[in-house]
Amino acid sequence: MDDRKIKLLQALEYNHRISVSTLATMLNLTEKEVNDLIKEMEDVKIIQGYVTLIDWEKAGHNNNVTALIDVKITPQRDVGFDVIAERICRFPEVTSVYLMSGGYDLSVMVEGTSLKQVAFFVSEKLAIMENVQSTATHFVLKKYKQNGIVFNDDKKDHRLVITP
Amino acid sequence: MTRFVNKKIAQMPYSGIRKFFDLAGGMKGVISLGVGEPDFITPWHICEAGIYSLEKGYTNYTSNCGLEELRREISRYLLRRYGLHYDYVNEIVVTVGASEAIDIALRCVLEPGDEVIIPEPCFVSYKPCAAMAGGVVKTIATRESDSFKLRPEDLEKAITPRSKVLLLCYPNNPTGAVMTEKELQSIAEVAAKYDLLVIADEIYSELTYEGEHVSFASLPGMKERTVLINGFSKSFAMTGWRIGYAAAPAEIAAAMLKIHQYTVMCAPIMGQMAAIEALKNGEGEIKKMVLLYNQRRSLIVNGLNRAGLPCFEPKGAFYAFPSIKATGMSSQEFCEKLLKEEKVAVVPGDAFGECGEGYIRCSYAASTEQIVEALSRIEKFVERHAKRQRAVYAVR
Ligand SMILES: Cc1ncc(COP(=O)(O)O)c(C=O)c1O
Repeated sequence: MDDRKIKLLQALEYNHRISVSTLATMLNLTEKEVNDLIKEMEDVKIIQGYVTLIDWEKAGHNNNVTALIDVKITPQRDVGFDVIAERICRFPEVTSVYLMSGGYDLSVMVEGTSLKQVAFFVSEKLAIMENVQSTATHFVLKKYKQNGIVFNDDKKDHRLVITP
Repeated sequence: MTRFVNKKIAQMPYSGIRKFFDLAGGMKGVISLGVGEPDFITPWHICEAGIYSLEKGYTNYTSNCGLEELRREISRYLLRRYGLHYDYVNEIVVTVGASEAIDIALRCVLEPGDEVIIPEPCFVSYKPCAAMAGGVVKTIATRESDSFKLRPEDLEKAITPRSKVLLLCYPNNPTGAVMTEKELQSIAEVAAKYDLLVIADEIYSELTYEGEHVSFASLPGMKERTVLINGFSKSFAMTGWRIGYAAAPAEIAAAMLKIHQYTVMCAPIMGQMAAIEALKNGEGEIKKMVLLYNQRRSLIVNGLNRAGLPCFEPKGAFYAFPSIKATGMSSQEFCEKLLKEEKVAVVPGDAFGECGEGYIRCSYAASTEQIVEALSRIEKFVERHAKRQRAVYAVR
């Protein structure tokens, strides 16, 4: 892959709000190059999207319940787990889906506004799907770290203002 | 009770940095590009090794020269990275930071009146340490037009019959200059011709952004006349752990060890344990930090140039050293005003030697956001003062 693209992705990975002009200066590219490269990578879905990581708890607006669900599945001829995984992905309350090694097959993360709502999703939508053998639902009690970011991490700079 | 204080010490000036520290220390909302240490905290696996050592009850002295395992890892590292062969048994001394290594290296070789040649601008401790060790300091000014590299002909000119030591620091603090193998070779020839001992402070060796760092001791015939100094502060973001080391011919290492054992006994054990982990498993973390430093390097160099402060391209360390001559201000004046008016702290170049006058040191061991903000303040500042300067000329 184009070296410029790698450099750009590395710079964007943890901070996509960095301005185009800063990116250009940082990577010795022109602003046009940066814009074109980003556009290109968005088009071919190398860049899949940009999200804001929110500590809803801190915002005092935590109506969300998150659950991790271990799902066991009977794989289907020719397509394995893909078709059923894609079907699960379509539900908007599902925030991530991974195929796992080990004791179960899919790890599905679900967000809802209440325990009841999530339980409803599991029992009425997920568990009854064809090829789903079983589910085990674990509710998240507290988030400490997500996507590489530690919640409530006081990033204080302890260095002296001037040192040799 | 100044009458008790040794005259040499009494006359020694405080580091030029201290004044700025006093000035900036109390101010709120300052963005600092004045810090000579990484903004990263020590990689977690290294911290954990230090914590684990405490949990295990390693709270004792180590052998004077440092833990055997650490010296062995240092020896392996020097071979792996720079092709150097040092015997961990008698050629490596673990010190309290590179700072101590610089001090004891000078103290164990200098006789009163011996001359120490120091290219400037340079790290603040070199001259005082050489003077305290009884040496006579001979500085050589390096120039921006030479990318702040030491020229062999300048070195040769500075040599007298009393010259004994050449103190080299590349990648350089404060300029960020590096020297290539070929350029170092030409210095090596002069060192051999005049039988100089070279103290090579290579603490920034891992922070080299173009090409590979060449260790002075790896040049043909140089190992026997080199004291190599390195450490963990910059490469592994471990300034607070206070671990450095010197690698030197056995006789010199033994002499350094004498001073070391009587003054500090040994470097702290938890730092040594953490350093072992750093050398064993830390290279991936160095790569990550170097990647980020390198992005910021372009950001700050381009930004300073745009702001009207022409900046030579630093190839190592984490400092940019732009010229402020166009502003008509002295380095001190520039830095004081910048701090007061825009709350950006940088260090005046003359703190690193007379030839640093007309420059400022901007550390890019700061986050991208801080650098962007600092640059925009610097740009405003320069523009405002350029206008003022034009106005002054117009009145005249
Ligand atoms: C050139 C140079 N040498 C040595 C040191 C001291 O490093 P240490 O923390 O290992 O004592 C520094 C620190 O700023 C430095 O810039």
